[in-house]
Amino acid sequence: MTIPGAWYLALGAVLFSIGGLGLLVRRNVLVMFMCIELMLNAANLTFVTFARMLNDIGGQALVFFVLVVAAAEVVVGLGLVVAIFRRRRNTTADDLHMLKG
Amino acid sequence: MPGGFVHLLPLLGVSSLVDRITFGVGATIIVLGAIGVVISRNPVHAALMLVMTLFGVAVLFVEEGANFLAAVQVIVYAGAIVVLFLFVIMFLGVDREENLAEEPLPLQRPLALGLMVLGIAGLLLLAIGARWSVGPQSVAGPAANQPGGDVAALGRSVFTTYLFAFEITAALLVIAVVGAVVLARRLRPPAEDGPEGRVETSEGPVLTGTPEEADADGDEAGIDSTEAMARAVAETVTSARDRSESDDEEVRS
Repeated sequence: MTIPGAWYLALGAVLFSIGGLGLLVRRNVLVMFMCIELMLNAANLTFVTFARMLNDIGGQALVFFVLVVAAAEVVVGLGLVVAIFRRRRNTTADDLHMLKG
Repeated sequence: MPGGFVHLLPLLGVSSLVDRITFGVGATIIVLGAIGVVISRNPVHAALMLVMTLFGVAVLFVEEGANFLAAVQVIVYAGAIVVLFLFVIMFLGVDREENLAEEPLPLQRPLALGLMVLGIAGLLLLAIGARWSVGPQSVAGPAANQPGGDVAALGRSVFTTYLFAFEITAALLVIAVVGAVVLARRLRPPAEDGPEGRVETSEGPVLTGTPEEADADGDEAGIDSTEAMARAVAETVTSARDRSESDDEEVRS
């Protein structure tokens, strides 16, 4: 008998909240990206747990697509970071207020 | 179906010792790594802590029978994505200690902590008390005890039920690659080797101008020699140079 799914869901909730906390309090854009990855992983863990609980392969297929989207997001996001760093010489989110009215 | 903490009780008696130990180790690794990502001052350490969390998630994927996803998790996440993070950190040279004690907005951290506690409480209530595991089977097919294991089941699902989404994913990846190339492209043609070229590249795109202005500067001055180009750039950004140099010193220190 395996671990009940509720434990995995609770762990996913904790992981998602820690990632959200880091996204809110950190100012380094790279670390903020890592916190987004944490939140995506929490969602993945929840998907796999539901795939097991409901005996449905659709959850695992969704995790597959989330992985692809996360890879694309990281590529574009890090490209943005490099482009901004060339112009502004730092990666702090507070200094990127060029669009502020 | 009874709600509340009744769902958590079977962990004490029904699940096997191996499962319990695996889940405990995996969950500990995941939470410690996540906390390390948030509180580490050095971005490189944060990336290594992220690897730890991703490995823990892979362990729990195996524990839940998603073997293929565990392998993909290690290869794509811990292999490709974290290496990309580390590459950018090293490339930009931002792998220096960050002072986390200074906080320009005094209310931000307490508010974020309160939000986190609220989020955990809400999600835990949903995870523990809600009535999951009901409803009809979806069209994707069952996951457990399939011929060929979870790899074959996942492959069948992706290439039949989710075929259109899979093809759209290919388009998404192509767009991401093109976008990354466009973003990382230089705004002016690369200069030849030599000190002038170094000056030009270290100045980077003109700090005070738009990309169009930068291109115009490059076109009118940069054709005959890189020296003239560097001089034109220097004239354009005289006011901005001091600032960028001081920023350079900040970056190096």
